[in-house]
Amino acid sequence: MKKQDGFVQKIIVIIIPMICVLGWLLYFGMHRVETEEHGASITVLNYGDYIEREVLSDFEEQTGIHVVYEEYETPETMYAKYKSKSISYDLICTSEYMIEKLISEDEVLPIHPQNIPNLSYIDEKYYSIVDAFDPDRSYTVPYFLGTVGLLYNTKAVDPKDVKSWSALWMEKYKNQIIMENSVRDCLIPAFCLQGRSINATDQPSLDEALALLEEQKRLNYAYLSDDAMYEMIMENANMALIYSGEANAAKLQNENLAYSVPKEGSNLWMDAWFVPKTCTHQKEAEAFLDFLCDPEVAYQNWDYVYYTTPNVGVYEMLDKEDQEDRTMFPSEEVLERCEVFHALPDEDMRRYNDLWKQLKVYYAK
Amino acid sequence: MKKAYIGLILAFLYIPILVLIVLSFNNSKYYVSFGGWTLRWYKRVFTDETIRTAILSTALISMASALISTILGTLGAIGLRKLRIKRVALAISDIPLLNPDIVTGVSMMLLFVRFTELNTMTVLLAHITFEIPYVLLNVSPALLAWDDDLYHAALDLGAGSAYAFWRVVFPEIFPGILSGFLMAMTMSIDDFSITYFTRGAGVNTLSTMIYTELKRGVNPAMYALSTLLFLAVFVLLVLNNYREDAARR
Amino acid sequence: MSKRLAYPYLAWIVGFIIIPILFICYYGLTRDGHFTFSNIAAITENVHWIPLVLSVRLSLICVVICLLISIPLGLALRSIRSRFLVFLFMMPMWMNTVLSILAWKLLLGTNGIIGRLFHVRSILNTQLATEIGMVYDLLPFAIIPIYNAFASIDDSIIDAAYDLGADRAQVLTKIMLPGAKAGILSAVVMVFVPALTSFVISDMLGGGKVSLIGNVIEQEFTNSMDWNLGSGLGMVLMVFVLLSTMLLRGGES
Repeated sequence: MKKQDGFVQKIIVIIIPMICVLGWLLYFGMHRVETEEHGASITVLNYGDYIEREVLSDFEEQTGIHVVYEEYETPETMYAKYKSKSISYDLICTSEYMIEKLISEDEVLPIHPQNIPNLSYIDEKYYSIVDAFDPDRSYTVPYFLGTVGLLYNTKAVDPKDVKSWSALWMEKYKNQIIMENSVRDCLIPAFCLQGRSINATDQPSLDEALALLEEQKRLNYAYLSDDAMYEMIMENANMALIYSGEANAAKLQNENLAYSVPKEGSNLWMDAWFVPKTCTHQKEAEAFLDFLCDPEVAYQNWDYVYYTTPNVGVYEMLDKEDQEDRTMFPSEEVLERCEVFHALPDEDMRRYNDLWKQLKVYYAK
Repeated sequence: MKKAYIGLILAFLYIPILVLIVLSFNNSKYYVSFGGWTLRWYKRVFTDETIRTAILSTALISMASALISTILGTLGAIGLRKLRIKRVALAISDIPLLNPDIVTGVSMMLLFVRFTELNTMTVLLAHITFEIPYVLLNVSPALLAWDDDLYHAALDLGAGSAYAFWRVVFPEIFPGILSGFLMAMTMSIDDFSITYFTRGAGVNTLSTMIYTELKRGVNPAMYALSTLLFLAVFVLLVLNNYREDAARR
Repeated sequence: MSKRLAYPYLAWIVGFIIIPILFICYYGLTRDGHFTFSNIAAITENVHWIPLVLSVRLSLICVVICLLISIPLGLALRSIRSRFLVFLFMMPMWMNTVLSILAWKLLLGTNGIIGRLFHVRSILNTQLATEIGMVYDLLPFAIIPIYNAFASIDDSIIDAAYDLGADRAQVLTKIMLPGAKAGILSAVVMVFVPALTSFVISDMLGGGKVSLIGNVIEQEFTNSMDWNLGSGLGMVLMVFVLLSTMLLRGGES
């Protein structure tokens, strides 16, 4: 038996270092994939397809800072990802109400405006939106903004119908409607039709809204998020509850599409950047923000994302026709009848999530 | 009748693949109409950073995890034969095989986030874990057929233990090890759920990359990628068949 | 040879199988640090129970359809005995699942290929579409064990049965099906479990309208951020799957 034990020892002596070396090689091999040869690296979390990728590589080239770029689908997913603390993000872009929530939870670091000289290009008039979630204006850098409304196909939908949210409940559009796959967005039409605030949390409003949405589910083609716009372009559906930014992009691809913000009011939203508590490279993160606000870069990025930009430098580069595009730059009147989302306390959010789960398991008889 | 039936099922299985192949050559992005032939989506597969990184990570993760799980599994299978807790150990390592993928993925994520950040390493560890039962599945039968006597005879004839292992045992169980390795690798490449829950920032295997791309909208480069993957699988399987045929002769 | 060879393997399965399961049990049985059964009892709430029932229903239908397709197919393949044909049926199994589901999305949409060719109403984003996706994804996993089982039945037994005056129906019910019982059972397990627990297929072909138990659990982890509830529901699913597999395996022996 002695001999055999010697054999075992040999095997263990050979195999354990082999595993170690392999693991080590792999770790560094992977690290090269992830961080290449640069020293500093920032981990950025953003909505899906929400940046011109070239901007990232230009930034890396110019500054030598590597960007680990990750995407998410809904602010709720982002919150879950961030809160799990399994990854230390240096910079996150998300919607205003989520930023408000994170500020109140003390998860956001103040930015240093002196590190971001290009901040001066952000249009003063849009700071009225910032005031709704960051009253000190000290935590965020506005990225894009817009409204929520109905994108519709003029071949199939009467433009008069989409002046009101009730279009989503019209039997004649059965199986042609796409709803946004997120609870707060789905609630906008329901709340607005009831004449309530889109930040309503009282149980009667929620019950009534759920009943409305359950009734609406029957007419629905799908609940989608980013891909809603493509379904509209391909004319797989004729009406979609959608962000104005996506409406803009869709209109470029299919000239039959048009956008309307219904008269009952809607949501005015803003996506902004903030530096989370997990940040380990704030200076590099701020360098990235400054880079994004540079008019040339912002133009390149705007041209790709094609949402309403708060950057005056970009606005001034546009020709008159673009400046007057009302889907791109909403009129004062639309801005006024729209409301900004507020962060909701956990308790209310739980009731929203319950409502969402109930809607998802509701099957019309 | 029989042939028609077989043909029908084959059509069901292959029409979707055919659709992807045809669309991968379609010049119009939204397939609303056929916009003429193009190779540009193939070009994108090779130039797009996201796709390239995903291919590279998939290759690295699948090969490394298959290698490590094969080593662990083979040694385990050999050692287990003498172990009293054999049945218990086998039952435990079969858990990822029986358990829903989603539960396996989530449970490992819960463990990993407690001790470390999610990254490529965590995906690798998870893959090794769920591949081990496949290795055992392939190595154990080979070991059953092999008896200790030959090995002891070699020792009696003066062979060193390592030498005896390489010359007597290893060739016997090598086919089992190889098929275990290949199976582990395929499982790694095809896995979605476990990777989905254990991956970190910017880490994507082909499966998760395709899923994110699809959530984001239409990307014909995915059709091109699927055509290439299909071709690769086809060639590999044909070669494997050929090898088996040759071995049989 | 020594049992010490198994030590790394044993350490591995303890570290990466047992401990994670203990973790999921810990999360599943606590809330805010206190012991509770509420995460497990939550399965009886409508919002979790309906998806579970729907999952069971869709996966049972999927098993039945796969068997109905695979058994005649296995018999046909057995009589043809072409390795190449069998190979053709195995191929799609190696195709990336997410990609083949994408193909079905393209086929089934309102302006999808089927809709355009046959002018039929779209069935994308329905339970039916999800069912089709499941059958497509899992069919090869039924075909292969069933074909293998049929192929291993000795010709001489069948010939003997015919010689003794059995008709085709009798050969099928008395020899072929009992002979392939193990293969059929393993096909059932290989189709039922993934169908019951999948969340990708319903996510992509259900258009957010089909909520299976897998989707509910996934949402608890990625969206609602309730890891305790997600773990509790995961435990229920785990026990459910292990019990049903054991039941089927028991039928095997």
